[in-house]
Amino acid sequence: MNKVGSFIGRYQLSHFIILALLIFVVMPLALDSFRLNMVGKYLTYAFVALGLVLCWGYGGILSLGQGVFFGIGGYCMAMFLKLEASSPENTAIQSTPGIPDFMDWNQLTELPWFWVPFQSFTFTIFAILILPAAFAFIIAVAMFKRRVGGVYFAIITQAIAAILTILIIGQQGYTGGVNGITDLRTLHGWDIRTDEAKTILYFVNGLLLFGCLFVARYIIKSKLGRLLVAMREREDRVRFSGYDVSAFKIFIFCAAATISAIGGAMFTLQVGFMSPTFVGTGPSIEMVIFCALGGRLAILGAVYGALVVNWAKTSFSESFPELWLFAMGALFIGVVMAFPNGLAGLYQTYIAPWLQKYVPEKFHWIITNRNPEESGAEIAVAGETASEDEKKSKAGELSHAGN
Amino acid sequence: MLETNKHIGPKDFVLSIEGLTVSFDGFKAVNDLSLYVEEQEIRVIIGPNGAGKTTVLDLICGRTKATEGSIKFKGKELTKMNEHQIVHAGVGRKFQNPSIYEDLTVFENLELSFPRGRNVWGALTFRRDKEVIDKVQEVADMIFLGDKLDMPADLLSHGQKQWLEIGMLLIQDPELLMLDEPVAGMSVSERKQTAELLNRITKDRSVLVIEHDMQFVADIAHRVTVLHQGQVLSEGSMERVQNDPKVIEVYLGH
Repeated sequence: MNKVGSFIGRYQLSHFIILALLIFVVMPLALDSFRLNMVGKYLTYAFVALGLVLCWGYGGILSLGQGVFFGIGGYCMAMFLKLEASSPENTAIQSTPGIPDFMDWNQLTELPWFWVPFQSFTFTIFAILILPAAFAFIIAVAMFKRRVGGVYFAIITQAIAAILTILIIGQQGYTGGVNGITDLRTLHGWDIRTDEAKTILYFVNGLLLFGCLFVARYIIKSKLGRLLVAMREREDRVRFSGYDVSAFKIFIFCAAATISAIGGAMFTLQVGFMSPTFVGTGPSIEMVIFCALGGRLAILGAVYGALVVNWAKTSFSESFPELWLFAMGALFIGVVMAFPNGLAGLYQTYIAPWLQKYVPEKFHWIITNRNPEESGAEIAVAGETASEDEKKSKAGELSHAGN
Repeated sequence: MLETNKHIGPKDFVLSIEGLTVSFDGFKAVNDLSLYVEEQEIRVIIGPNGAGKTTVLDLICGRTKATEGSIKFKGKELTKMNEHQIVHAGVGRKFQNPSIYEDLTVFENLELSFPRGRNVWGALTFRRDKEVIDKVQEVADMIFLGDKLDMPADLLSHGQKQWLEIGMLLIQDPELLMLDEPVAGMSVSERKQTAELLNRITKDRSVLVIEHDMQFVADIAHRVTVLHQGQVLSEGSMERVQNDPKVIEVYLGH
């Protein structure tokens, strides 16, 4: 058993490859530049949904404020780009040239201190990765050390999202207010508004997403992943097996925050602006819907969930803008009631068995990771899409150990 | 100091509880309780409902914080420690209802209890190596589940779940093992097997058991402590306790 196989497994690997083909080959070939950029935008939400699979699906921590971390990532990137776009030559007509336009409108005459470090791209990258994790760490320590969980935690994250939105809107001179940070132009002199740049950013985004998917896969296949599942069921038992439960919750919440922030930064780059509408309570809940629709326990499902919901949102709201919200609500309720494991569950229960009938048996490992004979027991463990190859790898290792 | 700790003789106390009191809104569930457990001793705590038996275990393992008093385990004060620190110190606890991870297999249940990689980094880099696999197999054989390693724990019978939880404690290799009604809901033959199991595993450790089944108590107990209204009513061999007039009165009078 090779190294990759031990943490991904043949079945999972085949599904990673299918998704990679879809994102890197099919989409760019089938879509024009405008639509491809749109898919790129959807995929930035997949980062958040992926983070939610980790912290909600596995860790049992429902956060209704993931938009906060998406926003922090997005704003960090936007601040850097805005400073580059606000060179003294570009802003010569302002009363204070060299500062972002919205600051000038708000009678600021100097760059605020917390904007200054964002002139450095290296600092910006670090900020995107570290700031959201640090903020998540503070929230998580305050909550989990006191053993606040479940609904209370969800409400608090929701409140934090609301507070941050109000703060951003209220501090117009420092944040761009309700309009957000707009009119972003270049990254190190490279114009990000051209079709070519957008295509390149789409691929960068895809690669980063796969990076995060691999990290997430590694985490859930490690003992930490099994501990999260165990904690979700029996927190006390985990504690009395000698684990500091709060440390694991803090870790997974911070990991989810960082992954979301990477998505936020890529959003700013591809869409060309960042505003409080992507931070607040509404978008944060929408992101939970992407995750639920994809399947709470399926990391690849998160990507499909984000794609499907956003694609539906765009096409639906183009024709019936006022009905969209109702449709999304119905979608969420329908999924939760009929398919608690989302698209991943739907695939496992209905599509995979159907596909098996039409595909030669030697390719069945691509379609499903379980034998058709043993269904009932496995379904109970389902959601976790890897029970069978997990067993195989275990059997493999057991026999190795025996040799 | 260290020298004396190293040479704890077989008759020294592993666990000494002194003046332990816990009060919930004025109600004293445990009231000025003192209890001493020796090395390699199987001590059974019995008593009527509400006597404070489970609360005593909760206090020892840190689930409930004591209002007053001290719990010393091998010289370490447990009342000031967190649950996981108490486990690291060498105390294992089995709950009244089988508390296992039903979504995971028997193997994974035991593996998670293996005392390695207990912090975040350790859990991320944990390898399922030969040492782990051998230890899991050894414990699984001991708890009669050697051929069920790949079974989801959900599918085990009630008695097997109880054994699995005992196994999860054994793999931690605690010096003090606390069991809350380990044979509740077991068949007669399962009960016998459990008694054998307990007698076998006590060679290396002390065991504190809460149990209602008097036959089972007689089978395993070295000494018995009777709790009543949060206090020790009687203590000694099973025979002595059974003939103690105070105990007879409490059990028959209520």
